[in-house]
Amino acid sequence: MSFLATLFRRREAGIAVMIVLFCLAVGIAKPQFLTLDQMRIILLLTPLIMIGAMGQMMVIVARHVDLSIGSTLGVSAMVSGMLYRFDATWLGFDVPWWTGIPLSIVVGALLGLANGVLIQLFRLPAIIVTLGTLSLYRGLTFIISNAKQIDRQWIPSELKGLSQTSPILGIPWIIFIAFGIAILTYVFLMHTRLGRQVYAIGSNPVAAPLRGINVTQVTLLVFTLSGALAGLAGILYASRWGFVNPSNTGSGFEFQVIAAVVIGGVSINGGVGTVLGTVLGVLLLGCVAAALPLLGIPGTSQAAIYGAVILIALLIDRTVRQQGIASLRRARA
Amino acid sequence: MLKRTFLAATGLALGLTMVTGAFAADPLKIVYIGKNTGNPYFDSITGGFEDACKSLGCEFQFVAPATAEATSQIPFIEAQIQRGVNVIAIAPNSPDALNQVLDSAKAKGILVLTVNGDLVGNEGHRDATILPVDFTKTGPNQVELMGSLIGYKGEIAILSATTEAPDQNTWIAAMNKTLVEDAKYKDMKLVATVYGDDQPEKSTTEMEALLSNFPNLVGVIAPTTVGVAAAAQVVQSRGIADKVHVTGLGLPSEMRDFVKDGTVTAFQLWSPYNEGWLAAHFAVGVIGGTIKNEVGSTFEVPTLGTIKIEEKNAMNTQAELTTFDASNIDNFNF
Repeated sequence: MSFLATLFRRREAGIAVMIVLFCLAVGIAKPQFLTLDQMRIILLLTPLIMIGAMGQMMVIVARHVDLSIGSTLGVSAMVSGMLYRFDATWLGFDVPWWTGIPLSIVVGALLGLANGVLIQLFRLPAIIVTLGTLSLYRGLTFIISNAKQIDRQWIPSELKGLSQTSPILGIPWIIFIAFGIAILTYVFLMHTRLGRQVYAIGSNPVAAPLRGINVTQVTLLVFTLSGALAGLAGILYASRWGFVNPSNTGSGFEFQVIAAVVIGGVSINGGVGTVLGTVLGVLLLGCVAAALPLLGIPGTSQAAIYGAVILIALLIDRTVRQQGIASLRRARA
Repeated sequence: MLKRTFLAATGLALGLTMVTGAFAADPLKIVYIGKNTGNPYFDSITGGFEDACKSLGCEFQFVAPATAEATSQIPFIEAQIQRGVNVIAIAPNSPDALNQVLDSAKAKGILVLTVNGDLVGNEGHRDATILPVDFTKTGPNQVELMGSLIGYKGEIAILSATTEAPDQNTWIAAMNKTLVEDAKYKDMKLVATVYGDDQPEKSTTEMEALLSNFPNLVGVIAPTTVGVAAAAQVVQSRGIADKVHVTGLGLPSEMRDFVKDGTVTAFQLWSPYNEGWLAAHFAVGVIGGTIKNEVGSTFEVPTLGTIKIEEKNAMNTQAELTTFDASNIDNFNF
């Protein structure tokens, strides 16, 4: 009982149970779903979403939301893509392959900071500001690229290699990068004063300044981090898919990321959420995305089933957690 | 006498005005409305229009909505009618949603052409169509190319765009028919048709699922540029190019690396550039009166030769698909 109680006390219990049950159910129908090869496929579906979800989680914990990350991803990837495409023309030499990594992160951070400034200094709601910048940043992508795609031949092969070559166990670098970001986020949120302040302003934005927290500083920080991580996801998009397209790249990314974060138990009301839960939410979405085609579900019904699975996951998560709390109360009584 | 001189002078002046007016007339304005912006395929069609207008002296503009939805082109067509263009060329996103707005363009005397896709079943709402090839040949051509890659034997699958994509569905129907009816392909078995929605992520998961579900698969036909590149990338990263052959319709610029490293042996397409080139020449000829827009009439286009207007006022830029492989891919820059 005490083990179960500890397990249920964890907010992540529901989602973990869900992943295990889902994978077993799919595995019964399609045994090849439970192979190492399939695990690699699932993991390769998740790194961009995981990186974006870490930023989004911090923003949502701080009781905001960032709808602009898909477009931030697009602009960041496009700036680096343009540099790879035109470096010889603009600079007279070829830039090293890794230049795009810091460049995209900086571009993303600046766009994120701009969101934060609009929200905090002008006292505008995040959902409205980032809805605006979702369109604005997408438009910027078109303007800077003149609506032209950056083709495969311009993306350096070492960059593409991050998604293909592996340091260990056949798992590509890009997956290690994503988990590395998750660990850094965990350390930041749990073991730094600033990280704890993110939770504080999310749980009680009125009380936070009274406790000496600089709300403006923390808000600007979470939006800058969210933008920077979307920028990292942008350069990794170029690595993973080998091109940058002004309309496709990052389009709809915000929905996948917010779905993963919410499935992972992060409260949309702020103040509550963990890195572990978010990682599990991302993995569940990856499992579902990989399972639907494997089960031979026709293309026409996949979108509906994908949406239904997200809702069911949320319901099961709620139910498991409430029962956990109830059993805890009984145990105490 | 004075009166007559005056009249004559007025007449001369009027005549001069009319003549100079005719000479100073704005150049022919042509607009091409693509399916969506940022689609590299349309860059190539646009290139054909631009080069043709440079030599013919017309004014060309390319516009496109952000997304390829059925109704997203309507405001663009309306804006172009307002701007007073002479020719609207369009790659329609829907075979029927544009009927009304195209009719109002035609009513204003604008020449309406569909380029790279037609209003199937609603041909009366445009003046003529320019298609790269006779689309009834695309399916059989693709099956033949696949057959030649796999020795006409084994399990194959199709990775398409969206489930409702009209061109792809026409080609897939023709592929199925060819596989069943032509005895040459009796040992080739189509085991699945899946849809990657023209998104790299979705196309990749569908391709991975095909490989898991059909371990004996020897070939995948992806008649869409996003799908064929995604399928090739999966085969490349798994290192199974000797076992699974990927082919389909692709852009040389996107497929070059895969052909060079041996992931893909051959794929097909047409020249999108020539579609723009032909459309501009046709439009200028029709409005200038040198080309009759009638079924059966013929005209000359530089580099393309004699073009004949077929049934339903349709023109093709080439007879068969172009096959790209290691021997010729460097000759194409689109």
